[in-house]
Amino acid sequence: MSTPKMVTSRLGFEDSFTIDRYVKTGGYQALRKALKMTPEEVCAEVTTSNLLGRGGAGFETGRKWSMLRANPVRYLVVNGDESEPATFKDRMLIERDPHQLVEGTLISAYAIQATQAFIFIRGEFALGLERVLGAVNEAYEYGAIGPDIFGSGFSVDLVVHPGAGAYICGEETALLESLEGKRGYPRIKPPFFPAVIGLYGEPTVVNNVETMSNMPWIISNGGAAFAALGAGRSTGTRLFALSGHVKQPGNYEIEMAKSTFRDLIYNPDLGGGVRRDNKVKAIIPGGASAPWFGPDQLDLHLDQDEVAKAGSMLGSGSVVVMDEETCMVRAAWRIARFFHRESCGQCTPCREGSGWIDKIMRRIEDGYGREEDLDLLMDACDNIAPGVTWPPQQTTICVLGPSIPSSVAWSIRMFRDEYLIHIKEGGCPFS
Amino acid sequence: MTDDDKFLIKIDGADYEASPGELIIEACDKAGVHVPRFCYHPRMKPVGMCRMCLVEVSGPRGMSLQPSCYMPVQPDMEIVTESDKVKKAQDGVLEFLLINHPLDCPVCDKGGECPLQDQTLTYGPGESRFVEAKRHWAKPIALSELILLDRERCIQCARCTRFAEEVAGDPMIDFMARGDSTEVNIFDDNKFTSYFSGNTVQICPVGALTATPYRFASRPWDLEQAESTCVGCATGCRMVIQSSQDKLIRYLGIDSDPVNQSWLCDKGRFGYLANYAESRVVTPQVDHQEVSWKVAVDHVARAIKEALATTGPESIGIIGGSRLPNEDAYAWSKLARSVFGTNNVDAQLGDGLDPEVIVGLPKATIDETCASPLVVLVGPDIKEESPILFLRLKGAIDRGTTRVLEISPNPTSMTKYSAMSLFHRPGEAHLVVNSLVTPGPTKAGSGAGLPVGGVELADIDRARALIEDSPGVVFVLGRASMADSAQIVTQCASKVRENLPGARFLTVVRRANTHGALDCGLSPNLLPGRMTIDDARGYYEGHWGQVAQGPGMSTGEMLARAAAGSMAVLILLGADPVSDFPSRSLAKKALESGALVVSVTSHLDESAKLAGVILPTTTFGEKGGTTTNFEGRVSSLSRKVTGPGQAFDDWTVAVLLAKELGGDLGFSSQQDISEEMERVVPLYSNLKPHIWTSLAQSDGVVIPLYGDRVVPRWFDPIATPGIASLVHHPLRPGTGVDKESDPVRGESLPQVPARVEFSEVSRELSIPTLDAYSLRLMAPKVLYDRGVLTEPLSGVERPGSVLRVNHYDLDRIGAMSGDRVRVVSSAGAHEAQVEVDDSISKGTALVAFNVPRSEGQVLAGDLIGYGELVTDVRLEAL
Amino acid sequence: MGGFTPDNLVKAKEIIGLYPKARSALIPLCHLAQSQDGWLTPEAIVEIADLLDLAPAEVKGTASFYDMLHTEPVGRYLVGVCTNIACMLGGAYELLEHCEDRLGIRCGQTTKDGKFTLEETECMAGCDGPPCVTVNYRYFLGLDNQGIDQLVDDLEAGRLDNEIPPHGTVYRNSRNVGLTASPTQEPQAGGKSSQIAQPTPTKRGAK
Repeated sequence: MSTPKMVTSRLGFEDSFTIDRYVKTGGYQALRKALKMTPEEVCAEVTTSNLLGRGGAGFETGRKWSMLRANPVRYLVVNGDESEPATFKDRMLIERDPHQLVEGTLISAYAIQATQAFIFIRGEFALGLERVLGAVNEAYEYGAIGPDIFGSGFSVDLVVHPGAGAYICGEETALLESLEGKRGYPRIKPPFFPAVIGLYGEPTVVNNVETMSNMPWIISNGGAAFAALGAGRSTGTRLFALSGHVKQPGNYEIEMAKSTFRDLIYNPDLGGGVRRDNKVKAIIPGGASAPWFGPDQLDLHLDQDEVAKAGSMLGSGSVVVMDEETCMVRAAWRIARFFHRESCGQCTPCREGSGWIDKIMRRIEDGYGREEDLDLLMDACDNIAPGVTWPPQQTTICVLGPSIPSSVAWSIRMFRDEYLIHIKEGGCPFS
Repeated sequence: MTDDDKFLIKIDGADYEASPGELIIEACDKAGVHVPRFCYHPRMKPVGMCRMCLVEVSGPRGMSLQPSCYMPVQPDMEIVTESDKVKKAQDGVLEFLLINHPLDCPVCDKGGECPLQDQTLTYGPGESRFVEAKRHWAKPIALSELILLDRERCIQCARCTRFAEEVAGDPMIDFMARGDSTEVNIFDDNKFTSYFSGNTVQICPVGALTATPYRFASRPWDLEQAESTCVGCATGCRMVIQSSQDKLIRYLGIDSDPVNQSWLCDKGRFGYLANYAESRVVTPQVDHQEVSWKVAVDHVARAIKEALATTGPESIGIIGGSRLPNEDAYAWSKLARSVFGTNNVDAQLGDGLDPEVIVGLPKATIDETCASPLVVLVGPDIKEESPILFLRLKGAIDRGTTRVLEISPNPTSMTKYSAMSLFHRPGEAHLVVNSLVTPGPTKAGSGAGLPVGGVELADIDRARALIEDSPGVVFVLGRASMADSAQIVTQCASKVRENLPGARFLTVVRRANTHGALDCGLSPNLLPGRMTIDDARGYYEGHWGQVAQGPGMSTGEMLARAAAGSMAVLILLGADPVSDFPSRSLAKKALESGALVVSVTSHLDESAKLAGVILPTTTFGEKGGTTTNFEGRVSSLSRKVTGPGQAFDDWTVAVLLAKELGGDLGFSSQQDISEEMERVVPLYSNLKPHIWTSLAQSDGVVIPLYGDRVVPRWFDPIATPGIASLVHHPLRPGTGVDKESDPVRGESLPQVPARVEFSEVSRELSIPTLDAYSLRLMAPKVLYDRGVLTEPLSGVERPGSVLRVNHYDLDRIGAMSGDRVRVVSSAGAHEAQVEVDDSISKGTALVAFNVPRSEGQVLAGDLIGYGELVTDVRLEAL
Repeated sequence: MGGFTPDNLVKAKEIIGLYPKARSALIPLCHLAQSQDGWLTPEAIVEIADLLDLAPAEVKGTASFYDMLHTEPVGRYLVGVCTNIACMLGGAYELLEHCEDRLGIRCGQTTKDGKFTLEETECMAGCDGPPCVTVNYRYFLGLDNQGIDQLVDDLEAGRLDNEIPPHGTVYRNSRNVGLTASPTQEPQAGGKSSQIAQPTPTKRGAK
């Protein structure tokens, strides 16, 4: 593959996380370049690149920045709370190239003229926290953080903030609450955008780690070079986290929109095929919230809009492959259980519905299901996200609620027979 | 906002007018369209947690389900509250809420008045499809001695936690854990000891929070209710009093917009326990022997006749009356003036304020105070003195509508919310106020250099700037300490009147009807209607016959004269000077001097124990009438139950005595009194019968009254569950008064004497210099004191009579915290144990006033001398 | 007060100084307390509440929202087995059962000697080597039953002491540049200006 490596170029080095290696491989040149541009020019490059946010929602980064309310105080918060099941790309970027993240954050902070920047890192990333803390200390000494960065007159502090274990803090307003030292409760909307009312009520941009890590390349090579890759709105490269029943699970940086799920799974340089050369039974694109795809949908391109049109989402860029030996009930139950354990508990449908669905699914998997349970499950899903459509109708404060039905409802729709076998045989045929 | 900002919206097909920023649920409420809800409470910020209030709303992407409790209306918005989609959502939410909710309604206190139960019946599914095991918790757990929590019943609406944090500022309870394991709890054994804890029980939309006094006491459908006004302090909170089988069972706060906005403090909420306290007296007594009313009244009448014949009317005195309804106070005032022939009447016990300060200053209501850009607080910790005023002010500060400048001897509950606090030497508030309001160069720049009342000049200048920069200011005045004279507060008022003529005042006094009793003439120099004796004596002689000449004696003067042996009869009208008069030794000596002490009382208080005659009276909930709060707002009291034993209403006692003395007050019912008041007392002249009647279901009226238009009061049954369950309709819209309409004062009134106005005092007080070996005493009142109202409330944290000083002052005498010391004041020498408290300013000593005597401790009242401006004490190590 | 040691109190104040508002330091201070005591003791909660001008119930309420903050004692090694979708497909539940057998405890329990606590975790972002096992948040990917036995043996023998600090210490370094808060600086507690004495904390505090 001749696609440039925008965020994974240093991973071949053992010492990729040190400032020495970083500077030797061109590190902090993009920041120096950006500081010589006006903030508006930096923003323009990002807008030209059409970089879509890499956290899951895929919002245009340039547009998000342009929505910032004019205010003497502005914050930049980097979302490194990666907790989406089967998503492990940010952890790699955090641990293996922390300076790239720091540099990207500083470029962005300059672009939006942030008065302070925070990198919120998932608390469980012990090594990641050590690496980014170390990088911030080094970068400060190097003159890249703090007062008068590289003599440019621009000053900003960058604080590494550890999380403490709660999936919901990946939701940007919950993350802000958590960063304010509160329970990680997503905020009610309106106000709809942190860009208007964010951290401490001030205008705030929240961007994902991978989004930030793209900034040095975009500034060094220009937004147009980034936009030249990919297709349509899906520009540049993207990290895909491939896991499940593939021979070579891992993170793969590939050009957006050019490859298909099949390529990702079977290409010898990528997934390398399914274990024991089994058949694919289903895949989960884009995280636990995404409706599943069957083997007939593997030729869809890894393109945000194409996948959305097909009824699911590229989301966090993760792909879980499940082969023919997998119990679909058990798989769907485990995702339901995840939402049950991670619901923040604010909204009744999510708090109570997730637990109920978990219990019913578990009962079916254990062989105590009743046929009417399938209707009950679908109706409970309908009471959480009316219509059980994709994209879902949201009647809760955040999108965790409407995410619950995806695995349950889609697995019932796709594999109803398998549920009925569980019910009729009084147990799981796969165990 | 002008009408131009308003726009049209559609609710269920009909057009309504709405304002920008208005929430959909508010618009629906206004339109009379009920949207079910649990977490939404009109007095707290929305959180959108329960999702019960989903309605269909038009938006850029068509109709969608949206939470009405936090979504604001937009022009031309279309709202549908009853579609199939909405019904399905409501059904779903209720089913979810019920899956883990126990079905113990038959043994749940909330059963029958439960929003969850009620709304499930109205909007919910017929049956549950839930067959799994429910979530279980230990039930119930004690959050405090008063509040129990059953976590199984909790639906995580955050009403209680929001109330504690957002409204009360006491975040002693919070959500713990996450998801469907979320529980409300306290931290370890830090109990939920907020003064306001009972409100969480009232607003709980399920039976999760219950109050120990009401637990299993009654079923809602067995309760009768009436509106009344709390008499726990002088704020005058509106509440519903509920009874069953002629027994008071529960009080609930009413959402009275100008006063308590649905909140009550625990002292008021559980005040009914006092009606059934052991100290209740139910039979007349002479020399502590039970006798008939006839014997007792004869006894008193004989003593009065003898006094009139020998020592004269000036040897008869009436102390108290500020716990009486207005009508009863009026009857006693008339009795004293026209039958006894004395002006020796004083509703206050030397622990209040100059009557002119209370009734004669330009007033601000609570609403006006909370809307003032600056409030200067001079005096007590208002959380102790008027808890609901504290909540209102805190709310105004949080909303950014007002700022507070606090002038106090020590940090108070208000300190953390104040824009600035000036801590001064006790007894020197007037010096600080004077330097704040007197025009002239900045104090620091004036070269004087020395601090004023212990406050640095630079701070004085900063506070002056606050006042100067503020377009308006309200002074909240009260007694910070029983150890300082009320004249200090008068002096403060005087300085402000002189220099800031635009300033207005809210005077905070403690006992419920102090203002009303003064308005009714229970004051040595005031006749009913806030008129001085000199001005109005002729007027009242025209109505009453005789009225005694010249000002009478104050409580202090009466007690001093009694102690000197020159009083013949002292009548205590629901008053306990031994506990409440600042100088305890003088009060005791007076009551033991040989004068006949007649205690007209509902409870056997300390003074009643020294009385020769005890006449038992009804108390709150057992008598009707009206009461006047510290704003001057008249509101109604309800007789809900009959008084116990032979307890009589206070006005009846006055009528009986008058008769026995050959007089006739002309009253055979309380209504006769109110009719005379409306006819005779100009202050009450606009309280026409229709307003008087409708007072029973209203927020009361501030007198003098300038109009008589009725404005409706909003009533939200889900916000105040216990009240809703008892009435099939919302409570009738009450009366408020539209100030703009039809000013009648001066047109329809007969020529009457002028009302008293506060006149500035020219004489400067000379506060003695605090010598280097002494400490100045602070004796503040506290909410949970030794009063008859609070004593039955078990389990609340009560301060003891502990002597506290700054460690600096203790070091100087070579003592340690916990040591016993000798405390010497002008009132005598006592031993006490001293404790270090560095929140107390240097050079001062603090003992809370009228609190239970801690083992081996001195009471504040023991240290306070009579007639002194301040109380200085000397500590000596033993 | 048995909250922070003097050294950690200095650190705590430095952390508070990094944030525009003191309360933001709540989670970092909880981590600091756990690194000191292994779990979030009531004494630490009270001290954190004092430092941030909060009620202890607010600190506990916030901390208990988060999985990593433990208000009950935890073993020296917190062994987490991820059973989320990718790891489950890789045999995580079978491995978790083996862990239970090897340690002699059920999920959520602590061994009698206080050495191990076992928990079932959600996705730890170690999906490229399922099942993902963590010990005090240090990753061990792709272990089989023998691998678990070896890991437990190594931990018991102290052979991993250099790599894995006792539970509570998440990151062993800390911010050491551009610290603005002097150790004596009081946390901002509202816009108080002039006072002769500091206000007493209202009744919200613990005794």
